[in-house]
Amino acid sequence: MKKYIFIVSAIVLGALVCGALDNVHPYGDPGTALMDDYFLANSYKSLSTQNIVTSIVFDYRGFDTIGEAAVLFTAVCAVGALFREGRGRR
Amino acid sequence: MRPLSVVVRTGCDFFAWFMIVFGVNIVIHGYMTPGGGFQGGAIIATFLAFLLVAYGGKKVLSWVNEKIYEFLFEELGLICFFVLALLGIGNSFFYNFLASPLGAERTGIMSLISPAGTTVFMSIAVGIEVTGALSLVIIAMFRGIRQFAGPSLPEEEIGHDR
Repeated sequence: MKKYIFIVSAIVLGALVCGALDNVHPYGDPGTALMDDYFLANSYKSLSTQNIVTSIVFDYRGFDTIGEAAVLFTAVCAVGALFREGRGRR
Repeated sequence: MRPLSVVVRTGCDFFAWFMIVFGVNIVIHGYMTPGGGFQGGAIIATFLAFLLVAYGGKKVLSWVNEKIYEFLFEELGLICFFVLALLGIGNSFFYNFLASPLGAERTGIMSLISPAGTTVFMSIAVGIEVTGALSLVIIAMFRGIRQFAGPSLPEEEIGHDR
């Protein structure tokens, strides 16, 4: 019984995804460039940064940068765990 | 690693400090030049690798205090980043509360801060964090090199230059 429910829901979800693919822009044609125009027009005016990339990385997409910092922290934790002193030497 | 020859060590004495100056320069100007926190931090962390190659492991590990890199650098940088992001929580997470629009008059203490606002300080915080993180990776990996060599480990350190 569970299997049939799973199969039916998988088919329905697949059909929904196929329907959603209709709305995807074709490759190389992003449609409207609203976000790009907003950043280009406003990042200098509202922040006075000489560097639009900085204003995007640390301001508009700051949450992404927090993720990067967390990734680095996790990597250091992993290295510390891998290379810790072992074999009773502590 | 044994220390390298006296020529290399003297060159290291001359030029290693310029790495830190260059890296700090990149970190501090990260908000308006190509570059930024991550790149500057990586350059500052190269300083430790340079010392490790030139002076050998025993000496450098006796100089280095890992706790400083752990707490003062890595965690302080990450905490600064989070706090700076949280300070704008009255408006939204990551709201740039120090920024002012182009041409606006800045008075008092605000005139000391760049109109770019928190992006300057976030760049510096990321630079501090990356410095600590990459230096810790270098130290931990160097300590781990001899750990897997087995019981037939010679007492003296093995150099690759002589």
